[in-house]
Amino acid sequence: MWEYTDKVKEHFLNPRNVGEIENPDGVAEVGSLACGDALKLTFKLDENKRIKDAKFKTFGCASAIASSSALTEIIKGMTVDEALKVTNQDIARYLGGLPDEKMHCSVMGKQALEKAIENYRGAPALEPGAKIICECFGVTDREIERAIRENNLTTVEDVTHFTKAGGGCGNCQDAIAQILEQVRKEAGPEVKPKMTNLQKIRMIEETIEREIRPSLKHDGGDIEIVDIIGNRVMVALRGACATCKASDVTLKDFVEHRLRELVSPDIHVEEASK
Amino acid sequence: MKTIYLDNNATTKVADEVMEAMLPYLNELYGNPSSMHTFGGQVGLRVRDAREQVAALLGALPDEIIFTSCGTESDNAAIHSALITRPDKKHIVISRVEHPAIRALCSHLSTQGYKITELPVSKDGILDLENLEKSLTPDTAIVSLMWANNETGVIFPVEEAAKMAHDRDILFHTDAVQAVGKIPINMKHNAIDMLSISGHKLHAPKGVGVLYIRRGTQFSPFMIGGHQEKGRRGGTENTPGIIGLGKACELAAKNISEESIRVRQLRDKLERALLKNIPQSRVNGDIENRLPNTTNISFEYVEGEAILLLMNELGICASSGSACTSGSLQPSHVLRAMGVPFTMAHGSIRFSLSVYNTEEEVDFIIEKMPPIIERLRGMSPFWDQAHQACTNQ
Repeated sequence: MWEYTDKVKEHFLNPRNVGEIENPDGVAEVGSLACGDALKLTFKLDENKRIKDAKFKTFGCASAIASSSALTEIIKGMTVDEALKVTNQDIARYLGGLPDEKMHCSVMGKQALEKAIENYRGAPALEPGAKIICECFGVTDREIERAIRENNLTTVEDVTHFTKAGGGCGNCQDAIAQILEQVRKEAGPEVKPKMTNLQKIRMIEETIEREIRPSLKHDGGDIEIVDIIGNRVMVALRGACATCKASDVTLKDFVEHRLRELVSPDIHVEEASK
Repeated sequence: MKTIYLDNNATTKVADEVMEAMLPYLNELYGNPSSMHTFGGQVGLRVRDAREQVAALLGALPDEIIFTSCGTESDNAAIHSALITRPDKKHIVISRVEHPAIRALCSHLSTQGYKITELPVSKDGILDLENLEKSLTPDTAIVSLMWANNETGVIFPVEEAAKMAHDRDILFHTDAVQAVGKIPINMKHNAIDMLSISGHKLHAPKGVGVLYIRRGTQFSPFMIGGHQEKGRRGGTENTPGIIGLGKACELAAKNISEESIRVRQLRDKLERALLKNIPQSRVNGDIENRLPNTTNISFEYVEGEAILLLMNELGICASSGSACTSGSLQPSHVLRAMGVPFTMAHGSIRFSLSVYNTEEEVDFIIEKMPPIIERLRGMSPFWDQAHQACTNQ
């Protein structure tokens, strides 16, 4: 069972703006039956060039329907330029959040909005130079790049959750990994968002669990987080590491190095006093 | 709100009689069946009775029954034993529609030097024995095919398949968790070497299962520990669970004729009415050769998770093979193996009944489903197009 917020449930059970506007100013269709979700968005402008009405038709799960409903509510009253600034995060936030695996529903909303505005402006539907990366779900490199930038994605799995790319046959996962690397390189270190303390603590824990502990265990050792204060991470080495003469090296050259690389360059790792 | 439960292939209600039989063993009769004293020993006697009750349902001998913790453990134990007792053989044959307990295990084994053949099924979910015959080689250690499919209810010809394997000195295992208690099974009349049962699929509690091992079949234990189950499965017995499962098997033997008559009639009534009242719907899987309690229906142009959540608002429980319900992005591996088009697979709903369902419940669902599908189709961009195409013709 998915843990949907009350807002998602409410928008699923009582979706706003279902339907299709006749003679719309902008129209777009994204997704397909085969993919499992699809959205047709139409909007109409008033005399001040603000979005007077927006309607949707969606094939998909509860969060796809709720995301579409939220999108139409968000953009009403906006100018086209304002609407273009709406991100998938805005849609998810409006709904009080979406499960990770369902973030692609909010991305679908964002895509439909962009395409509808392009349609209104008479611009080409497909971004120039865009190339399909995921054949199963028809996702382009541009879409993947944007999802990585706007949501600070770090893994192929994240990209799949947000864009569906790589979730079918999996053949394009290497290509996604390359795009990830490229975007993160281009973006430089500032791509890492300012984290709250809680996020940082979680990320440190996850990194230790995923990237560090398995290597130590492989050599018969183990690591335990004793405390985290700001950027100071106090750890205790266990097992074979506890008695290893090279434990200082392990701590600085491996543990600290990895945490600086993956979490934040300001991290200091210290061995908790025994 | 009343719960209307038509998800019995996922799990079942613990029968009142089963719970009653178990209760004393959860508090005052907590003894260990292996103990020397009467206090523990009397529990051992009830475990023995339970073993006889399970054996009776299967037409098996009591010493052919090993109690385990679940169907997945039984499946793992069976495959594991085959590979250990036939160390020179590195090939396993399964089908593309097996439960993850078998499929995931075999995909793991494929990284450990074993070769796996996954037999295809037809568009109705039927297994072709000719394909099985062609797949068997001198290197084949074991064939494992489910007796009945959890998603479609389609029944495989496991008895013929077992004979085919036996003629070539290959072990045969069947995951029968969906079949036991729903259709008659008699191990006296077949050549199946090992068979898995899960307690919670037949009105016993979760956390107890059975592995049937035919007398004379070499067996190497999966759970290594104490002398329990004659050294074939270590670990202190889940006495309340085992006693509950014994009772559930006794009830299943009594209910099996009702299952095949009344439950089948209810299922058929539901299926007929939904197909009649909801356009563009169809049944997945062979309608003749399947469990009496299961129907898997696809409603085109709508998505399964959305259907389930609207049903949920009315207290109706069922499940779906859609991608969105699984957390993966692909619809059910069973429907894909059958070549069900994605457009149909995404909107598939499985209703699975039990003897505890009533005609009123089925009537309620028959009344409520068409507006649910209509409501979602009203939101679907594809429905208008499809509808226009239909009326233009």
